[in-house]
Amino acid sequence: MQKIKITINGKKITAPLGKTILEIAKNSGTYVPTLCHHTDLKIKANCRICLVEVTFKNKKKCFLPSCQAKAENGMKIETDSVEIRKLRKTNLELLFSQHKEECTDCVFCHSCSFLQMAKEYQVEIDKFQDRKKDFPTYNFGPALIFDSSKCINCYNCVEVCQNQSVGYLEKVEKNGFFEVRPNPKKTCIYCGQCLAHCPVGAFEAVGEFEDIEKPLQNKNKVVIFQFAPSIRTSIGEEFNLPFGSVVTEKLVGAIKKLGVDYIFDVSVGADFTTFEEANELLEKLKNKTGNILLSSCCPAWVRFVEAYYPQFVKNLSQARPPHIILGGLIKTYFAKKQKIKPENITVVSVMPCVAKKFEIERKEFLIGKLKPVDFVLTTRELAFLFKKKGIDLKKAKPLKCDTPLGVPSGSGVIYGASGGVMESALRVAFWEKQKEILPKIVYEQVRGQENLKKVELNLLNKKIKMVALSGIKQAKNILEELKENKQAYSCLEVMACPGGCIGGGGQPLPQDKEIRQKRAEGLYQIDQKENLKVASQNPIVKQVYKDFLKTEKLRNQITKVKYTCKQK
Amino acid sequence: MRGLIRKIKKSRLLGMSGSSFPVWLKWKKVKGSKAKIKYVVCNGAEGELKTQKDYYILKHYPKDVIFGIKLALETVGAKTGFLYLNKKYYRKLKPKLIKLTHHLPIELFEKPEGYLNGEETVICNIIETKAKEPRVKPPLPAEAGVFGKPTLINNLETFYWVSKIAKNQYNYERFYSIAGKVKQKGVYKLPFDFTIRDILTITGNRPWFDFFVQVGGGASGEILLPNELDRPITSLGSIIVYDKKTTNPMVLMRKWAKFFFKENCDLCATCREGTFRILEILQKEELLSQDKQTLADIFNLLEKASLCPYGRILPRPFKTAIAKLL
Repeated sequence: MQKIKITINGKKITAPLGKTILEIAKNSGTYVPTLCHHTDLKIKANCRICLVEVTFKNKKKCFLPSCQAKAENGMKIETDSVEIRKLRKTNLELLFSQHKEECTDCVFCHSCSFLQMAKEYQVEIDKFQDRKKDFPTYNFGPALIFDSSKCINCYNCVEVCQNQSVGYLEKVEKNGFFEVRPNPKKTCIYCGQCLAHCPVGAFEAVGEFEDIEKPLQNKNKVVIFQFAPSIRTSIGEEFNLPFGSVVTEKLVGAIKKLGVDYIFDVSVGADFTTFEEANELLEKLKNKTGNILLSSCCPAWVRFVEAYYPQFVKNLSQARPPHIILGGLIKTYFAKKQKIKPENITVVSVMPCVAKKFEIERKEFLIGKLKPVDFVLTTRELAFLFKKKGIDLKKAKPLKCDTPLGVPSGSGVIYGASGGVMESALRVAFWEKQKEILPKIVYEQVRGQENLKKVELNLLNKKIKMVALSGIKQAKNILEELKENKQAYSCLEVMACPGGCIGGGGQPLPQDKEIRQKRAEGLYQIDQKENLKVASQNPIVKQVYKDFLKTEKLRNQITKVKYTCKQK
Repeated sequence: MRGLIRKIKKSRLLGMSGSSFPVWLKWKKVKGSKAKIKYVVCNGAEGELKTQKDYYILKHYPKDVIFGIKLALETVGAKTGFLYLNKKYYRKLKPKLIKLTHHLPIELFEKPEGYLNGEETVICNIIETKAKEPRVKPPLPAEAGVFGKPTLINNLETFYWVSKIAKNQYNYERFYSIAGKVKQKGVYKLPFDFTIRDILTITGNRPWFDFFVQVGGGASGEILLPNELDRPITSLGSIIVYDKKTTNPMVLMRKWAKFFFKENCDLCATCREGTFRILEILQKEELLSQDKQTLADIFNLLEKASLCPYGRILPRPFKTAIAKLL
C-alpha cells in the first residue's frame, strides 16, 4: 500500500494513501470535532465544524473539511490553530442558533458532544435568538418523538430513513428554509435509526426520560424486570466501561438496587422463541410447501412487512418475540407458581429498541385481557434511571438472575447480534433432527457485521438457502427477489438495525460499526463460555413445555402469534 | 483544431465568469483525461443582478459562441455539449439557437430559476436531474462533472473569445455590462486592460455627481469609490453606478442580503444560518460596533468555511460597503 507523509499539529505522521484527514487525525489520537459526520453514512460535509487549516506542498494554504478532504503527501495540517478556533466558535454560534437547548431532558444529557464543543470554543450559545423556537414536535406513534426545534439540518436522519427504504423523514422547503419533516402518507417503522444517527438529540424515545420511574411507582405491584440479550454488552458504555464489556451480573445487581422484586433474562424467552421457530422451519421444510419463513422478533421489521409488503405477512414466523413470551410466562406460569395474581404484576422489559415500545401495545399479544409486558425501557433509559438513583453499574454487586426464568442457553444470548436468531434455530434443528452440533462453517457464515449474510446448508437431506439481514434496504432487495422467485430462499432473519439489536435505536450513543462489532463480540464470548448451547436443551424450556404448556391452546396463547397487518 | 490550446495559452485568456482561471489549463485537463465519455457545458446562467453581458453576446454573436463550443467538443474529445441558459434568455432566443445547433451535438438546456443554479457543480446536478445542490470539491468538474465524466465548463463569453482566438481575431478585449445611474446603459466590447475610469469615460457614462460603483456583479460585486477606479476589472465584467447622495447603504445591503438569503441552497450551515443572520442584523436602522463585529465574524466564516463559491464570495459587497460607505 502506498504511504504518504503528512504533519498534523507539528507531529509527523505516515499514513496510507486515500484516507481522509479526519481518519488519519483520529487514528493518530488528534481530536477533531464533528457533527454531521457518521461512518455509517455518506460524507455530506454540511456542518463545516471539522474544518482544518491545510498547507499544501506548494505552500498554498486553505481551509478544508477534514471529513471529506483526502490527505495528500506533504500536507501540513493544523486542527486547532487560533484561526480554526475562531471559525469554529462563529460556526457553533450559528449552529446553536437553530438548536433549542433542552439539556436536562435529552438523550445526550450525560454525553453531549455539541455542548462540549460550546465549552471548548467558549461559544455564546444564545448569541442569536433560536430560529426554530416555535418549530413543532412530532410524535411518531407510541415509540419515537422528533423535536424539530433541535434539528441542525445535517440530514443524517433523512439519509438513514432512506437507507431503511422507508423515507418517512423528508427534506421539505418551507418559509425559505429546508426542514426535516415526517411524511404523513408514509409509515414509520420505529426502528429509531434516526435517533441513533442524530448528532444533537432531536429525536428521543417516547417517555425518554420523563416516564422512566413510572414502572416503580405503584407500590402494590410486584415489579419484575427482564432484560434483552444485547443489553449486557452495551449498557457498560454509559458508565465509561470499554465497548463490549460483559456486565450481566453487575446489571442484575444494579437493577436489584432499584427495589425490583424479580429479575429475569429475556435470553430465556429467546430460547422459547428459538424452539418455536425451529419447529416452524422444520415443519415448512417437511411440508415441501416451499413457503418461506421470515423471522418476526424485530418489531420494526414486522411493521415494515405489514406496511410495505403485506403479501408476505403470512410468512412471518408465528413464534412470539422473546420478551413477549417471557412476559406471558411470568404472568401465567410464574404467577401461578408463586401464587401471585397476574394483575398484580408489572413486567418491565429493558430493550435495545424503541420499536418495542410500540410492540407491547399490539393486541395480538394479549393473553385474554392480560398484556404480557407493561413497560419498555431502552438501554439508555435504564442507564439514566441508575444515574438518577445514584447507582453506579461499575460498583454494583454482581448477582445472578432469579429462578426459574433466569438461566439462558448460549443461543439465547447471541440473539442480540444479526445472525444470532438463525444460528440458534439451526442449532435446535441440527440437534433435534440429526443429533448433530451445528457445523462451524455455518456459524462462521452467519456471524459478522455485514448486512447480508447468505448461508447454504444441508438439513433433512435437503439443500436449503437462508439469509441473515440487518438494515431494511437489503431485506427489501431480497423480498423483491422472492416476489420473482418464491423458491429463492427458505428462511430470512431480518433485523431492522445495523448489526442487529446491538445497533438498536435504544442503545447507548454514539454507535458505529466498530462499536457494534465489539458489542457483538461480547455476546459471542458469553456463548463460547456457556456449555448449554442448544435452546431446546435448556432445562427450563423442557420443564415449561412438559409441566405447563401442555395444551395446544395454552401454547398458542403464550408462545404464538398471527400478525394481521391491521396496525396503524 | 490543432494547437488551439497552445493558442489559448499564448492569448492568456482567463475565464469570464469572474473566477479568472486560466482557460487553457481547464481545457488541457479535460483533454488529457483518458475517459471515453466527456462533456462540454457552456454556462449562460448569468444570474447576477443588473448584469446582462452574456445575453448581449448570445443575441448578437450566437454563431461565434456556438463555434466556440464546437471547437471545445473537438479539442477535448467530447461528443455532447450543453448550452445551459438563463430561463429568460432561453425563452427569448430558443428558435434562433435551435436553427444554429440542430445539426450539432449541442443540447439547449433551460436553467431552473435561482442564482445558485449557475454554479458549475449545481449545473452538473441539474443536468443529471439531481437535487439543485452544489457538490463537494474535489473532484472538480474537469475530473468528474456531468454524470461523473470529465466536463469542461466555461462561461458563455469564454467560448466567444475562444472562437476569436481560433480565427486569429482576438484583440485582448472583453465585454462590460454597465448599469445603474448612467446615461448609456448597455454592454460594451473594450480592451481587458482598460481601467474602470477609462471604461466609464469612453462609453460616456462618467458620473457628474458624487458616486460609487459596484464592480463584478450587482449582488456579489465589490464596492469601489471614485478614487479606486484606476484599475482594470479582474472579476465579472459588470459595473453599476450609484448616486452616493440618494443611495442608502443600509437599504442597498438589505437588498443584497435578501437576495443571498433567498438564493442560497441551505445545504451548509455557514450559508444557511449566516445569510439569515446577516439579513437579520441588517434590518436594523443603524449598525453598532458590536453588530459590525458579529457581521465580520460571519463574513470570515463564510469566506473560509463555506462548501461552495457562493458562500465564499458573498461577503465581498457587504465588507466593502461597510468599510467604505458607512
